[in-house]
Amino acid sequence: MPKVKVDGVEIEVPAGATVLQACELAGKEIPRFCYHERLSIAGNCRMCLVEVKPGPPKPQASCALPAADNQEIFTTTPMVKHAREGMMEFLLINHPLDCPICDQGGECDLQDQSIAYGRGQSRFQENKRAVTEKYMGPIVKTVMTRCIQCTRCVRFAEEVAGVEEIGAIGRGEDMQITSYLEHAVTSELSGNVVDLCPVGALTSKPYAFEARPWELKKTLTIDVMDAVGTNIRLDSRGRQVLRCLPRINEDVNEEWATDKTRHAVDGLVRRRLDKPYVRRDGKLVPATWEEAFAAIAAVNAGSSVAAVAGDLVDCETMYAAKALVTAMGGSLLEGRQTGMDYDTSSLAAVNFNTTIAGTEEADAILLVGTNLRWEAPLVNTRIRKAIKKGAKVFAIGPEVDLTYRVEWLGNDLSVLGKLPKNVADAFKGAERPIMIVGGAALRSAHGAALKLAKSLKLVRDGWNGFNVVHFSAARMGGLMLGYAQKGGIADVVAGKPKLVFFLGADEVDFSKFDKSFKVYVGHHGDHGAHHADVILPGASYAEKSGTWVNLEGRVQRGERAVFPPGDAREDWTIFRALSEKLGQTLPFDTIEELRADMGRDVPALAKEGLASFEWNPPALSDTAVGTIDAYPIKDFYLTNAICRASPTMQLCSAELLHGDELAEAAE
Amino acid sequence: MAEAPQIPDEAETRARWGGFAWTTENAVKAKEIIGRYPAGRQASASLPLLDLAQRQVGAETKTQGWLPVPVIEFVARELDMPYMRVFEVVTFYTMFNLVPVGRYHVQVCGTTPCMLRGSDDVLAACKNHGLAKGKTTPDGLFTLTEVECLGACTNAPMVQINDDNYEDLDYDSMTAILEALARGETPKPGPQIDRQTSAPEGGPTTLKEMVSENHDYRGEWA
Ligand code: SF4
Ligand code: FES
Ligand code: FES
Repeated sequence: MPKVKVDGVEIEVPAGATVLQACELAGKEIPRFCYHERLSIAGNCRMCLVEVKPGPPKPQASCALPAADNQEIFTTTPMVKHAREGMMEFLLINHPLDCPICDQGGECDLQDQSIAYGRGQSRFQENKRAVTEKYMGPIVKTVMTRCIQCTRCVRFAEEVAGVEEIGAIGRGEDMQITSYLEHAVTSELSGNVVDLCPVGALTSKPYAFEARPWELKKTLTIDVMDAVGTNIRLDSRGRQVLRCLPRINEDVNEEWATDKTRHAVDGLVRRRLDKPYVRRDGKLVPATWEEAFAAIAAVNAGSSVAAVAGDLVDCETMYAAKALVTAMGGSLLEGRQTGMDYDTSSLAAVNFNTTIAGTEEADAILLVGTNLRWEAPLVNTRIRKAIKKGAKVFAIGPEVDLTYRVEWLGNDLSVLGKLPKNVADAFKGAERPIMIVGGAALRSAHGAALKLAKSLKLVRDGWNGFNVVHFSAARMGGLMLGYAQKGGIADVVAGKPKLVFFLGADEVDFSKFDKSFKVYVGHHGDHGAHHADVILPGASYAEKSGTWVNLEGRVQRGERAVFPPGDAREDWTIFRALSEKLGQTLPFDTIEELRADMGRDVPALAKEGLASFEWNPPALSDTAVGTIDAYPIKDFYLTNAICRASPTMQLCSAELLHGDELAEAAE
Repeated sequence: MAEAPQIPDEAETRARWGGFAWTTENAVKAKEIIGRYPAGRQASASLPLLDLAQRQVGAETKTQGWLPVPVIEFVARELDMPYMRVFEVVTFYTMFNLVPVGRYHVQVCGTTPCMLRGSDDVLAACKNHGLAKGKTTPDGLFTLTEVECLGACTNAPMVQINDDNYEDLDYDSMTAILEALARGETPKPGPQIDRQTSAPEGGPTTLKEMVSENHDYRGEWA
C-alpha cells in the first residue's frame, strides 16, 4: 500500500488508487467534471489538476494519475489554483450564460465550481460556439450548447447501460455529443445520464421547468416499480411529487434508477381514486366512507373472506388486511395475482440468495426463464459488471437483448436436466456459480432448477448461488406474511369467498370472482377498481410510510412524501376503521403499534436489513418439461397502475417499444 | 456549425445504399485487413475498412466516394462494432466524406505557411474556375474543400487532389491543373516549379558535387 503525502499530511492509500482518490482520503476536495467513481477514467476535463512531486514541473490530472509511494501531492499551491482557474476559464469560453433558464441551476457542478475557481468576467472576445439540440428520447432533454464534453454520458451508455447509442461526433471545437443519428436512446436506464451530466446539457424532459431544487421537500423512501427496492428520494412541492431521484445504496441500486422509477411519478396525480365508491345498479357511484363501510358490512360475509395483494403494496397494508381476514375467521390470502403457484414452504428457495451486490462476484451465470433487463434492470447491470470480471452467461428462454453477450441454450426447459457439455464444464470450473430463475420458469421448473442447483453445488461454503427473481415490490413481503396458498390464487377462487379485499390488485382475472363481493383498496382507477363493488381510496407508495422487502429479502422502510389526495387514507387506517364497523376491532391504533404486532408475527420484518432465510430447499418434482414461450413482462413501461397512468411512461412505451409499429402505421 | 456536413436525406440514402456489400475483390482485401489484427481487436481495422468502403462507393459512383450511413453501418457489422462507435470515427477524420463529392476532390491547404506563400491565389484560381468552398460543381467534376495543414509546408502552397499532392502552386499553375483535369488529363503531381520534391528550387545549393558522383569532401575540410 503506497504512502503518499497530501499537503504535508502523510497517508496510506490502497494499491491501485489514483492521486485524486488519495486526496479525497486525505479529506481534500478536488474539483472535477469528467471523473466519476462508477465510470472509466477519461481525464479530459482537466479540472482536477494538482501538483505532484516527483514529476514534471507542471500540473497533473489527478484523476488519471496512479498514486505511488513517496509521492508528494499539493492541492492548494498557487500553481494549482492558477491552473484550475485557467481550466475553468476555458470551459466557460463556450458555455452559455443561461443559468436563469437552465434546469440544472442550483445543482450544477459548473455553477458550484465556478464560484470557487471562476473569474468575475470573461476575457473572451470571439463568438461563442453554439450547438444544435439533439433528440435523445422521451426522457432526456438536451441543450447541447451547455455541454462541456466530459463524456460521462457516453461512458455511462457504453459501460453501465450497455447501449452504445450515445457518442461524440466531430472533433476539436466542433465535437458534439449526440445519440446515434439522433434517434431515441433505447435504454431503460437513460434517465441516469441526467444525473451524471455535470452541467445542464442533459436535463429531465418530463420535469423541464417544473421547479428549482431549493423549493422541493425531499423525502427518503423506497421505489416500488420493481422488486429491486431502489432507494429513492422523492422531491415534492405542496401535495405533488415532482421528481424521483435515486439515493446511493451500494447493496441495492448503487446510484442508479430505472426510467420507470424516475418518471412514473407523474402518474401519481392522474386517475386517482380520491373518494369511496359503491356500486349501485351496476354503476360505481361516489359515496361517503360510512356508506362504503355499511355496504361491506351488509355482505355479512362471516368467515368467508379473502384478501388478494397487488404488486405495489407495503407490508403494513398486507398485515392489516391479514389481521382483519384472520379476525373474521378467514385464511385465504394470496399475492400472486396472475396464478403462479410455486412452492413457498421454504422462502430461501424463492429468494435472491446471492444478493444483488453479490451477483458482481459470480463467475458463471445461468439465467432460466428471465428477461432480467426488464424484470430487474439493476440486477442486470450487476451482471454486466460480473462479465467485465470474466463471468460467462448462459440462458434458457426466448432470445432477448440483455445488453451483453449470452449463450442461449434454447427455450426447452428439459435442458435443465442435461446441460450441454460446455455449460457443465463452465460451471464445474466456476468458484462462484449462480443460477437466476425467473417467473417464466418458476411454475414448471422450480424443482428441476433446485435439483440442478444441488448437482452443480451452487450452494457451498459462504456462497449461495440459487436465485429467484421477482418483479413485484410486494412479493417477498407478501410471502413472509403468508400471502400464498398452496394452489395459488386458484385456491382462493375455489374457496368461494363471499367477500374479497383486493389490495391494489390490478392484474387479477376478475371474471373468476364474479360471485364474490369485491372491495378494492387502492389508489388508481385501473382494472381492479373497474371490477370492484366498493372502492376504498388508499395511498400510493409516495403517500405512506411503509415497509417493503426486495427480491433479496432486504427489509427497507420508506417515508411519506405527500398526503393522499381527497378523501383517500393510508391503507392500514382503512382496515383499522373498517374492522370496527365489522365488529372485529383490530388491536392497533398507530402505525408503531401495527409494526410492533407485525414484528411479533414475523420477526424479520421488525428490523431493516437483509432477512436471513435458512437454506432448506423443499423436495419438489424435479422433471422439467415444456418450453418457455414468453417472459411475463410484456411492456416494461406499463407494468402497474401508476405507470399506466403516467403520460411519460405511455410515451416511452409507444416510442421505444412500439415505435416501429407506429412508423409503419404512419407510412 | 452552419458548415457542418449534414447527413443527406436518410430514407433516400437507405434506399440507394442499404444493400451495400463488398465487391468480390474488396471482400478479399477486407478479409486481409482484418487479419492483420489480433482476434478480438478487429475494431482497429475500422479506418482501413472505411477507406476501402469509401473507395468502393467512389468506384460505383465514378467520384471520389463518400460514406453514406448504411455503408458505415455495413462496416460496423463487418467488425461487430456498435454503429455509434464507427460513426464517431467517420466524423472525426476529415478524410471521410459524409456527403457526396465530385470526381476530383480539391483540398486546398489554407494554414499559415501555405497562406503566407499564396494559398489565397490558389483559392482564387479555383473560384474563377467555378469551384466554391464546400460545393461540387454542377458537372460533378470538382469539389472544393479548404483544409488545414497537409504536412507539405516546404512546398507551400499546395493542394491535394484525390490521392495526389500538387505543390509550389500559383494562380496560373493551379488554373492549368484544373483545366487539364477538366479535359480528362492527369497533370504531373508534385512540385509545379523546377524543383525535385522538396529540394531547393533550380537544383542543389549544397553538396553540389554529390549530384554526379560520390564525391570525397574530406580533403577540402580545412
Ligand atoms: S452532455 Fe453532459 S454528460 Fe454528456 S458529455 Fe456533455 S456535459 Fe458531459
Ligand atoms: S476529473 Fe480529472 S481530468 Fe476530468
Ligand atoms: S501549411 Fe499547407 S501543407 Fe502545411
